[in-house]
This record gives sequence, C-alpha cells and structure tokens, in this order.
Amino acid sequence: MAKRIDVSGLSAYYGNHKAIDDISMTVEPRSVTAFIGPSGCGKSTFLRTLNRMHEVTPGGHVEGKVMLDDENLYGSGVDPVAVRRTVGMVFQRPNPFPTMSIFDNVAAGLRLNGSYKKSELKDIVEKSLKGANLWNEVKDRLNKPGSGLSGGQQQRLCIARAIAVEPQVLLMDEPCSALDPISTLAIEDLIGELKERFTIVIVTHNMQQAARVSDRTAFFNLAAVGQPGKLIEIDETERIFSNPSVQATEDYISGRFG
Amino acid sequence: MTSPSLTDTPPPPAGNDVHSAVSGKAVRPGDRIFLGFSRGSGIALLVIMAAIAAFLTYRSVLAISGDKANFFTTLDWNPTGVEPKFGIAVLAFGTAVSSVIAMAIAVPVAVGIALFISHYAPRRLASPLGYVIDLLAAVPSIIYGLWGALFLVPHLTGLYSWFDDYLGWTGIFAYGDGAARSLFTVGILLAIMILPIVTSVSREVFLQVPKMHEEAALALGATRWEVIRMSVLPFGRSGVISASMLGLGRALGETMAVATVLSPSFLINTSLLDPGGGTFAQNIASKFSEADEFGQDALIASGLVLFVITLLVNGAARLIIARRKEYSGANA
Repeated sequence: MAKRIDVSGLSAYYGNHKAIDDISMTVEPRSVTAFIGPSGCGKSTFLRTLNRMHEVTPGGHVEGKVMLDDENLYGSGVDPVAVRRTVGMVFQRPNPFPTMSIFDNVAAGLRLNGSYKKSELKDIVEKSLKGANLWNEVKDRLNKPGSGLSGGQQQRLCIARAIAVEPQVLLMDEPCSALDPISTLAIEDLIGELKERFTIVIVTHNMQQAARVSDRTAFFNLAAVGQPGKLIEIDETERIFSNPSVQATEDYISGRFG
Repeated sequence: MTSPSLTDTPPPPAGNDVHSAVSGKAVRPGDRIFLGFSRGSGIALLVIMAAIAAFLTYRSVLAISGDKANFFTTLDWNPTGVEPKFGIAVLAFGTAVSSVIAMAIAVPVAVGIALFISHYAPRRLASPLGYVIDLLAAVPSIIYGLWGALFLVPHLTGLYSWFDDYLGWTGIFAYGDGAARSLFTVGILLAIMILPIVTSVSREVFLQVPKMHEEAALALGATRWEVIRMSVLPFGRSGVISASMLGLGRALGETMAVATVLSPSFLINTSLLDPGGGTFAQNIASKFSEADEFGQDALIASGLVLFVITLLVNGAARLIIARRKEYSGANA
C-alpha cells in the first residue's frame, strides 16, 4: 500500500533553466516528509517530479532517477499516466471538478481506472469520504456540486478523491495555504491519520505546520535568485527544528532569513 | 509612494469653512457629461429597437390581414394576385432544415478544431492555425456563395448518388439526378460558413480553462483525452453553446450564399437532396426588388417570423446556460 521513494541525482529544468539541482533523498513509507524552504527554492518543482507532473509544463524535463520501491519512474517504458495513478496529488488551491457532484468527484479517479459496479463505487466513495473526515458533513448531499462546499471541505474532498484510487504515495503541495486555521487543523489531523496507510510528502511554507505533522523534514534553499534550488539537508523533524546540522537551516528556522 | 500617516494630516479647518479639505461640488462636469452620454446611448438603443419592432409589426399586420390563405401553413407565395395567397411553411421548413444540417456538421468539427488548436497542436502550429480560422470568418458570404454554386454543387452529385444507393430507402436521402442545388447542399455550405465563428469562440473558451482544473484530472492519472473530457469540455460547455448559437444566428439569417446556391421553389420535398425549397432570408432577397408595396409587406411579415425565431433561439440558449450555472466553472 505504501512504498518507499528513493531519489538520486535528480535535476529538473524549465526549458534551459535549471530549477533544482542534483537532489538525492529517501522518503520513508508510512511517514510524513515535509519540504520547507524559501519561495523559489524548487520544493514544489521537486514534489511535481515525484509524480511526473513537472513535465506537463511546456519545456519541463528531468534528469536523474526516482525509484518507487524497485521501479524507476523515469525509466524507459514507464507511462507517466500510470505513474500519476500510483502517486496521488493534492494541490495548493482546492480544485474539485466544478461540474461534478460530490459523489462523482470522489469517483472520478475510479472511473478512469476501470469499471466498477454501482454498489462497489458507493462503498469506495463512502470509505474515501470517511477517510477524509468529510462523510458526516456531506452524506446528505452527495449529488450536490462539489464547488458548493467551503474551502476546507473542498480540500478534504480533493483528498478523498486522491485516496479513493488507493495510491502508493500522496503528494501535497501547500494543501493548507488557502485555508483558514480551523480548516487547516482539520487537514493536519487528517494527515496524521492518513500516514498509517500512505507515504505522504507535503510542501509547506508554514514551519509550525511542518513541525506538527511531519516525521522527517527536508530543507531546500537556493544560492541566489535565478540559481537552481538545492536540498540542504533532510533529517528527523525534531532534529531539524532543534539542532540542525547545517547553519543555513538553523538561520531559516529561527527566522534570520527567508 | 508613501501613504500619509496620521501625524502628517493637517488639522481639520474649523467650522463651516467652504474651503475645507472635503468640500466641493458633489457632481463634477465630467461625470455629468459621461452619465448623460451613456444614458442617452442606452435609451437610443431601446428607441431604435422599438422603432424596428413597430415598423415590422405594422407592415406585417397589413400583409397578414390581406392574406387570403393561412399565413403559417400555405405552400405558396403569391401576394400579387387578385386573391393574394402566401405562407411561410416552405420558408420555415427550408430555414430550419438547412440550419440543422449546418449545425450538425459544423459544431462537432468546430469543437474538434478548437480542441486541436488549444490542447493538441504544438505551439508553433497552433497560432498560425488560429489565425487562418479567424481569417475565414472575414470572407464575404457572396464569395462562399459563388464557390458553393460553381464548385460545391457540381462536385456533390457523386456523394448524392452514393447517398441514394445506400440511404435512398429512407426517403429523405433519395436523389434522382440534376444539379445538387438542394437544402442539403445549402446546409453543407452554411456549415463551412459558420465553422470559423464557432471554432474561434470555442477555442477562446477552451484556452481559458483554469490550469488547476486540468491538473486535477492529470493528477488522477487522466490521459489527454480524459483531461479534455473531465475538465475542458465541462468548463467550456456554456461557451460552446454560445458559440453554436452565434453560428446558428448566422446560418438562419444567411442570404446571399443561399440565394446563389439554392434553386428556389415553393415546395416541401420529402428528400433533402432534391433541388428546391427556400429560406426566409433567401426568399426576401430574391423577391424584394420586384415586389410591389403589398409584396414588400408580405416579405416583411416573413422577416418578422425570422426575427422571432432568432429571438427564441437566443432565449433557449440563455436558458440552457443559466440552468447549468450551478455546475459551471464560474463559481469555482
């Protein structure tokens, strides 16, 4: 159900511009790994290389290896579409399909992957919405459009949609930055529950959030504007926030820059 | 730019001093002129519309009250006889049939081209292609008419014989011989004529689909076609409907191209491929110059019907769009 990610020597480009340089790291299964760092340091770009969403951007391409257990996501003969079915993603702004009902939103990924009986579909949708702590709020209006929910509910709907297809890994790109504190808390609690089943990688600008939800934290930085972003260090979250091994990390954590 | 802080503000002048910082006329001359101008324009538009409607209605009433036959069901157009008899049945049939054929051909093709330009074609190809499409919209309709009459008509006889061989048993696709100056040919020509407008409006809408909707589908493991089905088409639906209605409006009212291609007759043929029939606009154009005053009234009455049909089509389109509003991308 949850797989280990092993990245080695990964660089990503937008056309000729190198956005991230030579990143290697391991993401442990059934844990939460947080990416922190100043804006433009490439943490979101790096996240998007993990499910091959980076190359959707015109000119985007990648060098290096991303191993999901023992399979290289960038190997020849790997279908990026199949990768994205295995590695789910939640975005910064909640993006439920506006024309679909709540039910259809959650079922969307399942319908792409194959045919399900109506009863099966109903069970999975219920299970996913319960998994996203949204079931009690929406069970009476599953046929209403998803865009009618509040921002926090929409984001949980997107999480339900992502986990409905039982991915190996769940990537979250600043999932709470468009939400109010109460919705943020709900999502953070949910992340704590989801890590029992999935490998979770979360990009966040909020260091308290990284400290609260993650087991391991990776700090990214860039030498100067226009330079590619680099991984400075990755370690146990507790260590990163108390006694990091690199000075730049400590400066960032303690608010001396960034 | 520095914003004034409280300490910079000069102390408020005392009492009823007219030169205080906030005194002055409530309405400035510029505002007044612009208000007058824009209000006047709005009123002028309504007055013009009302004048057109009144004119059409008045002359139509004259015509219909002078008509000795049923205006809606008569298959004849003879307003000059001692007993004037004329009706719009043939024109309504011809207009509806040719427009439906045009829409059935043009809308799917236009949506296909628009999707190709917006989502499939490499960028180097997409913008010249879009430019060519826009250029097609600028070709005058008489040019289409000449091309239709001189090229399309002689080259369609082969296709029509093929239709007759395989679909002739349906009746509506039966074809004898003779020039292919039929409603079906008109439909094909109209389809080509409305293709650019439907394409370019649809393309604009497809290009406006928010990136995040497309990424939502991509992240679930959707292929390119599935992204289009899940994100692009639902978002663009109301836009495509509007584009189609624009095209339909042009098809309903198209005059010169139809008049050039069709061989008009006051008959309703069971076969769409047989020459003959007519449309509102074509009938008005070909009869107006020779009509006497009552004949003109009769043509104006048919024009009023076309006007009402166009209004109904637009109203229906708005209704469709409004009903889907809750599900549209606008509120996301």
